[in-house]
Amino acid sequence: MQADRDTVLSANRIDKVFPGAKALSQVDFSLRRGEVHALLGENGAGKSTLVKCLTGAYHRDGGTILLDGAEIDPRDTLDAQRLGIGTVYQEVNLLPNLSVAENLFLGRQPRRFGLIDTGAVNRKARALLAEYELDIDVTAGLDSFSVAIQQVIAIARAVDVSGKVLILDEPTASLDAHEVAMLFRVVRRLKARGLGIIFITHFLEQVYEITDRVTILRNGQLVGTRDTASLERRELIAMMLGRELAAEVHDESGAAKVADGPVRFQFRGFGRKGRIDPFDLDVKAGEVIGIAGLLGSGRTETAEVMFGARRADSGTATIDGKAADLSSPRAAIRQKFGFCPEDRKTDGIIGDLSVRENIALALQARRGWARPIPRAEQDRLAAEYIKALDIRTTDAEKPIRLLSGGNQQKAILARWLATNPEFLILDEPTRGIDVGAHAEIIRLIETLCEKGMSLIVISSEIEELVVYSHRVIVLRDHQHVAELTGAEITTDSIVNTIAGPAKTPAERSAAAGEIA
Amino acid sequence: MKAKHLPLAATILIFVLSYALCAFQFPNILSTRVIGNLLTDNAFLGIAAVGMTFVILSGGIDLSIGSVIAFTGVFLAVMMENTAIHPLAAFVLVLIITTSFGALMGAIIHHLEMPAFIVTLAGMFLARGMAFVLSIDSIPIRHPFYATMKSFYLKLPGGGRLTLIGGIMLLVFALGILIAHRTRFGTNVYALGGGAQTARLMGVPTGTTTIMIYALSGLLAGLSGIVFSLYTSAGYSLATVGVELDAIAAVVIGGTLLSGGSGFVAGTLIGILIQGLIQTYITFDGSLSSWWTKILIGFLLFAFILLQKGILYLSRNNRALAT
Amino acid sequence: MSMLGLYGKRLLPQFIALAIILGLVSIAFPGFFSLQVQNGRLYGSLIDILNRGAPVALLAIGMTVVIATKGIDLSVGAVMAICGAVAASAITSGYSLPATLLLTVGVGVLCGLWNGILVAILDIQPIIATLVLMVAGRGIAQMVTNGAILTFNDEGLIFIGSGSLFGLPMPIVIWITAGILVALLVRRTALGMLIEAVGVNRRASTLAGVSTPVLLIAAYVLSGLCASVAGIIAAADIRGADANNAGLWLELDAILAVVIGGTSLLGGRFSIAASLLGAMIIQSINTGILLSGFPPEFNLIIKAAIIVFILVLQSPKLQGTLAFFSRSNAATKPAESKAK
Repeated sequence: MQADRDTVLSANRIDKVFPGAKALSQVDFSLRRGEVHALLGENGAGKSTLVKCLTGAYHRDGGTILLDGAEIDPRDTLDAQRLGIGTVYQEVNLLPNLSVAENLFLGRQPRRFGLIDTGAVNRKARALLAEYELDIDVTAGLDSFSVAIQQVIAIARAVDVSGKVLILDEPTASLDAHEVAMLFRVVRRLKARGLGIIFITHFLEQVYEITDRVTILRNGQLVGTRDTASLERRELIAMMLGRELAAEVHDESGAAKVADGPVRFQFRGFGRKGRIDPFDLDVKAGEVIGIAGLLGSGRTETAEVMFGARRADSGTATIDGKAADLSSPRAAIRQKFGFCPEDRKTDGIIGDLSVRENIALALQARRGWARPIPRAEQDRLAAEYIKALDIRTTDAEKPIRLLSGGNQQKAILARWLATNPEFLILDEPTRGIDVGAHAEIIRLIETLCEKGMSLIVISSEIEELVVYSHRVIVLRDHQHVAELTGAEITTDSIVNTIAGPAKTPAERSAAAGEIA
Repeated sequence: MKAKHLPLAATILIFVLSYALCAFQFPNILSTRVIGNLLTDNAFLGIAAVGMTFVILSGGIDLSIGSVIAFTGVFLAVMMENTAIHPLAAFVLVLIITTSFGALMGAIIHHLEMPAFIVTLAGMFLARGMAFVLSIDSIPIRHPFYATMKSFYLKLPGGGRLTLIGGIMLLVFALGILIAHRTRFGTNVYALGGGAQTARLMGVPTGTTTIMIYALSGLLAGLSGIVFSLYTSAGYSLATVGVELDAIAAVVIGGTLLSGGSGFVAGTLIGILIQGLIQTYITFDGSLSSWWTKILIGFLLFAFILLQKGILYLSRNNRALAT
Repeated sequence: MSMLGLYGKRLLPQFIALAIILGLVSIAFPGFFSLQVQNGRLYGSLIDILNRGAPVALLAIGMTVVIATKGIDLSVGAVMAICGAVAASAITSGYSLPATLLLTVGVGVLCGLWNGILVAILDIQPIIATLVLMVAGRGIAQMVTNGAILTFNDEGLIFIGSGSLFGLPMPIVIWITAGILVALLVRRTALGMLIEAVGVNRRASTLAGVSTPVLLIAAYVLSGLCASVAGIIAAADIRGADANNAGLWLELDAILAVVIGGTSLLGGRFSIAASLLGAMIIQSINTGILLSGFPPEFNLIIKAAIIVFILVLQSPKLQGTLAFFSRSNAATKPAESKAK
């Protein structure tokens, strides 16, 4: 591993285990001086876990980390910072209520006679930011500046405090094209100064624009490290999204699946400004619509407006030809909608309540508080779904937070199935769960659609979408860009559509502008 | 003007306007005599409110200060009555006690991760209880040194007096402003209020800072107790009940965000003066009843909470448009 | 059977604490457990505790539900004062008893509605939202009584404070009835579960179709309602409305009762019975110290010590440490036995 004299940071055979899941297994990673190195992978692939092991936020369960050839073992992020590894996150990790200068020099302000020398603090802050071509009022509150400028300030602080390795964790997620350009100028300058930079993003354009090498992780394992220049875009996406699942689930149906029921749900010009551009969508009874696209392409946002989690600000929805109110989750549930959100922990489970209560919750909410589901009925429901979905729990009264991710996911699914929905939206139903549960959920999706339920399934596992989807909608830059049907639904065609035609810079900035 | 100055500006504006309104009706209110009394009468509250400002800026709350003030008064009275100790020595002793008491509460809040509300509530019972144990009667303080200290005052043009305790309050405010803006501790307090987790990641010693904040609040509550005993020349365990509420109200009306991170020590002074002005007006008027003080203060609290909510909402919207 | 067992287990720590306190008091004051019947009414120290504890018990019922939603209601003491004042002034200005009671309870509901709207609609932190009414409330109460202690001699209203029913003082009958009614209301309907869901995870509950704003407002309304009944009892007890002292600092006792009852200030699982036991624990400490001949000066110190002790035991950090020790104990034990 240490063949490279230029290597500033290397991580060898890193293991990290969480209760019930192996987050990283035997991952190798190395970073050279003066290099921008992209770390890629879908959510849950292990990117942030790896970064947290490098910065000491997590303690790794195995493996070694070498900085400048010497083994290090950072206790926490502060320790890592002192050693020379600084991190800048997507949510700017500075204090919005302090001034720019205070943020830059918090805890290390120059003092005179025991008092902070405010003049010196501001002078030094201006000098430091001048290196980044930033000429701003350093006495103004941090929150009076745009996120892009806050990012640069965060970078300036991180580099000033650490100085060897800079980790940028999705710094561009909420920036427009101009701001990204500004940030990249800063990154190039730091690269020229010999810093090793780890760059995490889900914008492939940016990977090709700024990085020298890419390392791809999937399901906690290293897929590979390549030179960016020689890695084809299609291959990159294939490496990220994987190709192994086909072996797990037998794809008997091939391309012949067509739902022949009547169109029941119609969306026209449905959308919400800044989140998802207006789209049209018809869904038949007994149809599974797959939604594909990279993270941040508008997948989750599509689900959220359909369910009323965020109110659509344009367009109409009709069910069986009649106008339908989908302005809030309660309204959507009245229309027999259901929604398993992507972030199980914050949006799905009620951690302290039992598995039984979690399963009964949506049905109970729809019936209203005055008509409680009798306890016997709740027990029956819980027992039925624990058996049907094979939810592994010692009993139905266990708090749901104690279950593993896959079993929590199944319990949330059970919550919606108990309401007997006609339109079910599943956002990443198979993320972060083990292979066995994975196959079960896929079988369940197929069973539900045979029963006549309409399903929208969002997934970053392309093979999985190919198996069960009647149609696949592909999203890019907050737009529904393509609809694949019948024989068009293959892994290759989906990957190609996601990758899209190579864009000119003008198109790129136009697209980035829309995101803003 | 920066957004963070807006609540402070609103406070000052309200104060100036209401003062002008009062002066229009009772020109006497402008005299230095009334102003001097305003400072003297609210000295103990102001000193305690400076400590409360730091606590609230850090995102915490201290319910114990009223009880600590009463304890200090009783402690001093009992010491004067039963021992030959010089008042100054007794002052030092009681300040050490109240500061350690605050530090202890801070340590419990930080190390046991318990809500400040509950910890300082227990502290409130404990301090009041200690005062009861020392004495349940109102004990007069007759030490000659007290009379000496009360005779110190600065003559103001127009016949008003800036008394020693009024002066101490202004000094405490000046020091408070200096600590808040010109020391690392002060910046750390703001940092803690801006987000404890982020502050920790940026290297702020959160434990030490938390302990120091509550120690400072204890110290100032002790000082406030000394000033209150000078003001009343007595110690009584049932005194200053609910002063923590007045202090919290002064801090919020002074433009400090009750959830922490934003505000000014100077604003608290204006908050104190607004409360004092309402009381002075009601005394001048004579026909108005005293309960209007509470209702007005409640209303001002509500108005400031709404104002801050509005500013927060606007700045969030602005930023959403900017990105 | 298992349900009953589960219920008992939940309340066990509170029962043990109460038993220890009562036991200690009875050592210092031997006649503690004796009960007499006079004029068809029970008398005795235990009855006295149940009777004196009525206002805190009533407040604790509403406070439990509010805290379960991850909120807090600082205004209940002030609402007690307002409602006492309203009751006194209504009855003295010639309203009938039913109209007076209805009006008073209506005012309590209105106060709760105000808090609820600030929390649920304007999205203001509960501790701040309810602070407004806490500060202004006593002023409003004084305005109603015109600054004086407003006395009344309407037998019907006084009966609520000092009359008796089935041999028990009215306040006891009222708080026990209220406790049972609210417990039935939340446990026999789905309210309890929905409130717990909102308290644990407001976002996920909204996504599951729970109407969170309505539930939040209802919780504060219930709290205002309980405070109004407590206010009537407090006023009826002294045959007058004291705007300055009625319910003074009782919000703190009520919060303590809930915390001692084991409901977390972070919301979620709640038990009204446990909070009521908590209220009785607090009252037993108060009465017990008086009876056992301790100087009443020590009352607050002992109370503070007991509270700190209970809270430290409940602190998540300490529980983590204890769990760690018991685990390492369990790990070392087999080794020890082998060594032997």
